[in-house]
Amino acid sequence: MKSLAELKAIKEKVKNAVELREESGAGMRVLVGMATCGIAAGARPVLNALVEEVAKRDVKGVMVTQTGCIGICQYEPVVEVVDAEGNKTTYVKMTPEKAVKVVNDHIVNGNVVTEYTIGASNI
Amino acid sequence: MRELSLNVMDITQNSISAGATEIGISVYESEVNSELIITITDNGKGMTEEQVRSVTDPFYTTRTTRPVGLGVPLFKMEAEMTGGDFEIKSTLGVGTKVIARFVTSSIDMIPLGDINATILPLVTGNSKINFIYERTYVKKNGESKSFRFETNEVLEVLGDDVPLQSPEIVLWIRDYLNENTEEILN
Repeated sequence: MKSLAELKAIKEKVKNAVELREESGAGMRVLVGMATCGIAAGARPVLNALVEEVAKRDVKGVMVTQTGCIGICQYEPVVEVVDAEGNKTTYVKMTPEKAVKVVNDHIVNGNVVTEYTIGASNI
Repeated sequence: MRELSLNVMDITQNSISAGATEIGISVYESEVNSELIITITDNGKGMTEEQVRSVTDPFYTTRTTRPVGLGVPLFKMEAEMTGGDFEIKSTLGVGTKVIARFVTSSIDMIPLGDINATILPLVTGNSKINFIYERTYVKKNGESKSFRFETNEVLEVLGDDVPLQSPEIVLWIRDYLNENTEEILN
């Protein structure tokens, strides 16, 4: 059973490893639309895929969080990636699989996945 | 919604928008009474009496992008169609409490679903909000088991050195929720 004592041990380990990591996605924010429209369209599995993939790939300095309805309900689930300079990329009709690709290609390697963006969407 | 845990995420989003710094989510399930009670409490900005009255109306919303607000009305309908009930209490400047009671034996009962998949991103995506999550399960023989998670307890252990969004910590919280859930259900 997980306990807070175990967490303390993990914390010590993480603290020591902090300086060794490269800051690939530093300052990036990933926003998932989590209003009624987003949730009903399947935003939660997308959000969880993002949270877990960022954790598994050990990407530092990336904030995965929720946001409200941005008014394009027909394109939900919507994911916005905002880089450290404030440039925003809007991904639409997301799935957990697409979310994993966005983490790997865009957040880790800096290449926007153009085919999932709102500009490429022909719906 | 396909799972009630999705409604929990939706309703909690309202608490976040209301500027809450502390949000309580309680899930109480009893096989003895065939009931499931979901309570969401926040210390956000609260609502006026007028707003509390209109919040269950699907054509009332504070958003400016379109004129419908389905979150609260959906949750209320889902509780009432099982024969349960729904209550929302709010005080301006103090906070809001939403209580939904479901009759689990009803044919119209929607499953709770993966509640931990709701709690995890809420906690890790809003590290400035203290989430207090409690889950209780009462078996047919009356045996009651529960567990609790509180963001502040984790932050106390982590101190200033390690952020809550650190990969190892996120995965630890996920496992903590899943293992404790399994423990109280078995």
